[in-house]
Amino acid sequence: MLAFSIRRLLQAILVMLVVALISFTLFRFVGDPVNQMVGVETTPEQREALRERLGLNDPIMTQFGRFIVKAAQFDFGTSYQFRQPVSDLIGKRLPATLELSLVSAIFALLVGIPMGVYTGLHRDSVLSKLFLSISLIGISLPTFFIGILLIFLFSVTLQWLPSFGRGDTVAIGWWTTGLLTVSGLKALVLPSITLGLFQMTLIMRLVRSEMLEVIRTDYIKFARARGLRQRSINFRHALKNTLVPVITITGLQVGSIIAFAIITETVFQWPGMGLLFLQSVQNVDIPIMAAYLMLIAFLFVVINLIVDLLYFVVDPRLRADRAAL
Amino acid sequence: MTQTPLLSVRDLRVEFPTRRGILKAIDGISFDLKEGEVLGVVGESGAGKSITGTAVIGLLEPPGRIAGGEVLLKGERIDNLSQQAMRKIRGKRIGMIFQDPLTSLNPLFTIGEQIIETILTHLPVSEREARDRAVALLEEVGIPAAADRLNAYPHQFSGGMRQRVVIALALCAEPELVIADEPTTALDVSVQAQIIRLLQRVCRDHGTAVMLITHDMGVIAETADRVAVMYSGRIAEIGPVRNVIKAPRHPYTVGLMGAIPSLTGDHDRLTQIPGSMPRLDSIPAGCAFNPRCSLVMDKCYRDRPDLVQAGESRAACWKVSETEEAAGR
Ligand SMILES: Nc1ncnc2c1ncn2[C@@H]1O[C@H](COP(=O)(O)OP(=O)(O)OP(=O)(O)O)[C@@H](O)[C@H]1O
Ligand code: SF4
Ligand SMILES: [Mg+2]
Repeated sequence: MLAFSIRRLLQAILVMLVVALISFTLFRFVGDPVNQMVGVETTPEQREALRERLGLNDPIMTQFGRFIVKAAQFDFGTSYQFRQPVSDLIGKRLPATLELSLVSAIFALLVGIPMGVYTGLHRDSVLSKLFLSISLIGISLPTFFIGILLIFLFSVTLQWLPSFGRGDTVAIGWWTTGLLTVSGLKALVLPSITLGLFQMTLIMRLVRSEMLEVIRTDYIKFARARGLRQRSINFRHALKNTLVPVITITGLQVGSIIAFAIITETVFQWPGMGLLFLQSVQNVDIPIMAAYLMLIAFLFVVINLIVDLLYFVVDPRLRADRAAL
Repeated sequence: MTQTPLLSVRDLRVEFPTRRGILKAIDGISFDLKEGEVLGVVGESGAGKSITGTAVIGLLEPPGRIAGGEVLLKGERIDNLSQQAMRKIRGKRIGMIFQDPLTSLNPLFTIGEQIIETILTHLPVSEREARDRAVALLEEVGIPAAADRLNAYPHQFSGGMRQRVVIALALCAEPELVIADEPTTALDVSVQAQIIRLLQRVCRDHGTAVMLITHDMGVIAETADRVAVMYSGRIAEIGPVRNVIKAPRHPYTVGLMGAIPSLTGDHDRLTQIPGSMPRLDSIPAGCAFNPRCSLVMDKCYRDRPDLVQAGESRAACWKVSETEEAAGR
């Protein structure tokens, strides 16, 4: 178990180094950082001085090393367009994106799993067929279209929920949260559904097909033959056996939720990192792009580590096998 | 006055509706089981042994259904009970053991959790008592250091040990009847005999009746009190083990006994009669065995024979009926 954890940690570090290299390359070689920082009337001497001051004349490896050391402290320099430290800009946007992603993921799980269990157990019921048809819509319609549809229905027509922004937020240290105010929570509803719908249908279909498989296994038959309660068979014995693939997919999907937040944030003018990233792409604001890349990679790596740990919690067979390694 | 049998199956029929018509997997079988009795059930693959067992315990998978007949437990019908009522009988009054111990236990729960949940579902005991009972049971089925092993997961046991756990699980709420469907087929040959003897011993100690489904006449000869020979969804012959083995009456049983493998010898399956059992969709009219029978008569193609008394056994064969009549019985 320990050896396994260490190996996983090393892998994570390696992944981060590779992403750092890509980020660095982007930062250093896509466009000239000096050009981005100075005006047209700067003299070549001034440029050279700046170049020297920024360390752009040092050997590449030294520069990369410095990049990593700074990245580890989340220092990505100054944004070209905003003339503010990148870390401040992202720090301000991060809570919005993470809260949106978290609520979306919870929505996807809390709705997707029960629907999956239900449709798995009652294959031929009318409700199951309805769920499956809805899930087909969730999978086939593009995110922005679903967002616009929801806005049209719930914001424009019914006027129940806001169509843009985070609503009122409360600051807890540097973190601003929309989870503590009514308007903040209301503002979360439509974007979360938009962002999580695809994952919800994915999880539902996954749980359904896993359930269909698990309820045919010998241990479920034997559980029935022992007269265990139906509820316990379905939700304890069967559901737990569907969890390993669900955890895998959920882990992967939480990553894509964060990454795909870009589209939802655009549709709902959600003041998150995705929106910031889009602006930075339009303005070739390399420091922000580099930082965003690193941050997303970091989140992916953290999620993967959590997923690996969850495997151990759920499946005793892995505990034994891996411990032996 | 005869005692009410523990289990009484009366003219049971099981059907599977399919696109190409209704398949009659079990076509009118009747047998009784006394308390504490071991009934062996033998027959070729597809004869309907497993379906009979599953129908008795009420676990037929749709679209399979009981199309007729009755199943009585201590004189009370159980084939028409509600799902909920039947659930309370399963495990508590009728237990079942399946073929493959490797897959019969839920891999994600400790064996303690699985046994204790089963006990608590059926018996009015505290968690503490359930735990003690689980330990006692595991000791009884020969699991060493049972108290510690309670916290072990199925994958930490060998196949033979797992089947011991399965036996403990099937018996943990003291059922009156256990249906064991080829409980050793999936096991290593070296532990098969052990497990069978264990099952026999534990059931005898608890006074549990057993319906032992197997391909292995050797096992039947060693453990069963009576044996039912099945062929094409019907019972060909049923009677005390000694009679059926030493003096089989039905031509099919006669052929089977010619093909008996001993417990130690090579385990040939029951296939030494020329031809093979008909598929469910092409069972011939009259006696289902007529294409393979050396004693076949005209009548065998027309009418279906019912079980008739022949000595201590009963056999479903026109030839047997004839002989019995001629002997004036
Ligand atoms: N779901 C099903 N649909 C249609 N026919 C079925 C189904 N399940 C079983 N049968 C048929 O019912 C018959 C009896 O099957 P059963 O499993 O009882 O045989 P068995 O005697 O236990 O054989 P084996 O020794 O191979 O276990 C077989 O001919 C089989 O093809
Ligand atoms: S009834 Fe006829 S065909 Fe069937 S076993 Fe008896 S003799 Fe053979
Ligand atoms: Mg079978």
